[in-house]
Amino acid sequence: MNRVDLALAAASVVLLGYGTWNGLVVAPPDRFMGDVSRIMYVHVPTAWNAMLCFTYAFVFAVASLLTRRPAWDHRMEAAVEVGLLLGILLTVQGSIWARPTWGVWWDWDPRLTSVAVMNVMFIGVIALRSFVDDASSRARWSSVATVLAFVNVPLVYMSVRWWRTLHQPPREAGGVDPAMLLPMWINVVGLLFLTVLLVRLRTRVARASRAAELAPPELP
Amino acid sequence: MQVLQARALTRRLGPTWAVRGVDLDLVEGRMVMLNGPNGAGKTTLVRVLATALRPTAGSLHLFGRPLEAVDRARVGLLTHADGHYDALSARENLRVAAALGPVRRPLEEVLELVGLAPRADDMVGTYSAGMRKRLAFARLLMKDPDLVLLDEPYAQLDPSGHALVDGLLAAWRAAGRTVLVSTHMVSRVASLVDDAVRLEGGRIIWNGPASEALAAAPGPGPAGE
Amino acid sequence: MELLRQCVEVTRKDLLLQWRTRSRFASVLAFGVTTLLLFSFAVGPDTTVLRTHASGYLWLAVLLASTLALSESFRLEVEHGAMDTLRLLPADPRVLYYGKALANLLSLAALAVLLLPFMVALYDVQVVMGMGRLLGLVLLGTAGLTAPGTMYAALAARARSSDVLLPLLLFPLLVPALVAAVKATGLVLEGDPMDQLGGWTGLLAAFNVVYWTLCGLLYRAVIED
Repeated sequence: MNRVDLALAAASVVLLGYGTWNGLVVAPPDRFMGDVSRIMYVHVPTAWNAMLCFTYAFVFAVASLLTRRPAWDHRMEAAVEVGLLLGILLTVQGSIWARPTWGVWWDWDPRLTSVAVMNVMFIGVIALRSFVDDASSRARWSSVATVLAFVNVPLVYMSVRWWRTLHQPPREAGGVDPAMLLPMWINVVGLLFLTVLLVRLRTRVARASRAAELAPPELP
Repeated sequence: MQVLQARALTRRLGPTWAVRGVDLDLVEGRMVMLNGPNGAGKTTLVRVLATALRPTAGSLHLFGRPLEAVDRARVGLLTHADGHYDALSARENLRVAAALGPVRRPLEEVLELVGLAPRADDMVGTYSAGMRKRLAFARLLMKDPDLVLLDEPYAQLDPSGHALVDGLLAAWRAAGRTVLVSTHMVSRVASLVDDAVRLEGGRIIWNGPASEALAAAPGPGPAGE
Repeated sequence: MELLRQCVEVTRKDLLLQWRTRSRFASVLAFGVTTLLLFSFAVGPDTTVLRTHASGYLWLAVLLASTLALSESFRLEVEHGAMDTLRLLPADPRVLYYGKALANLLSLAALAVLLLPFMVALYDVQVVMGMGRLLGLVLLGTAGLTAPGTMYAALAARARSSDVLLPLLLFPLLVPALVAAVKATGLVLEGDPMDQLGGWTGLLAAFNVVYWTLCGLLYRAVIED
């Protein structure tokens, strides 16, 4: 880890630490849902950063397709994995919230359902990568799959939203007390630093593990 | 005129480097023999030169144009994978190629030339290996490219097929086409080729006039010690 | 227009190949019918339940059967390297994509239409809003399935474990199209009192526009080497 990484790590620990403490101890409980609502101090940051990672993956995929440089492929590989990790955390958090709130483990919330579909698509991208031996084909094909998957997200969201509102009226968002917004935003930024750090580290791992593969042969 | 110019051509195939730092020049109208032991990377090199495979590193220029702007109509490749549809007849297979690419020689003429005219309407799935090879030649002849790249043209053919290939090589030579032929049958092509290149372990270890190569070693190919 | 003519030739080639191997189509259709039957057994003989969800069962059966049809259409291309040979012709890769996708669309639409009578019989449905709308929806839905399906089938055919890879990549991507097609078909079968058909059809059309365009643009990256 170099200096930038250490700085990111330190910043994220400080921010997440403060934000979580503030959210769990200082901020008031929600008027309707009580302490259960405190999960949003983790849930909203995870949601933001998961979508951010998926967007990184898309951008890196496009860059990889346009430039054919392995560096973009390494970054894309990292963004897909970190994004998937956050996405899985997000759906688990969603379940944890849903159970005491709505009485079911999964209530087909359009945003969470879109993330769940996105997770499966990214699992597909990772599976694709493991089934292709040639490095340049792997980079091209997984970039194509990532682009197709990302473009799908708004379509999935719209379809699930309409599909669900036919059976249940949409849930009201409601106003949020400013005292609750502060820890949430602190955690968003804290998790952002952590996410960026993880993507950087994972990119380095990808580059190292491919380096042996891609090292040019000794030339006379 | 320089038809092909390759510099530091490198290509990875799975875990191995099949082609390592190959420099090669092909001059118009000359016939070059490519030779080397099994696993030397000859097939991969021929495919890269034909632009069927993108090089991992290095540069390739064909007819003065770089890889991104290459005119594929002027390059022809014949390799092990014949590219036929088993469920279509020979005539139908050629018709597909004719619809999508340049046709410099008529479809019926090339079928005659390779001796497939009597069975042109049978499914390629019923063909023997030799007949499939002849159809691959027909496809190449229909395109009649300026640069011809052949990977083991004699493989799977009977004696009359060998004679066909001899005739085609002589005809291409007479017509001033540039030809690279990768083959183990060195003595057969010896009288026709101008230059010889030997590939071992993905590297060119010998490149020069064929007369020197054949004089240097009594064995089946240039020794390249 | 030259590109259009070439595209038609590619579609013609693929339809010819499918016709020559039509016994396989019959088997895929039988598979689709069996899937419809299995849903009945899994859900139980309650006709009301079956009728309500008939469109869901139909589209799932089409989806499952499509993986068989799509993977076969590329097996023919890869088995003897036909796709590689076509790629070396100076034809635009988009021609290769749209040509094949169109041929796949025609055969998948035919498959879906042939499953309709079985759906009507097994689940006791009526077509309240008319056959014209139903057929139109079947076409639009299978088009949505075919665009990314052709793309992923091309990709999977050249990777390992292709039989798993195709459904794994394709099915999650098709969620919006599946939801829209099932809802819209359900409305056509049962009636549309709240006038929702336009919205679902619009979503399905949008899905089609996005993926037919995007896949055509990206196909080059999938088939080249």
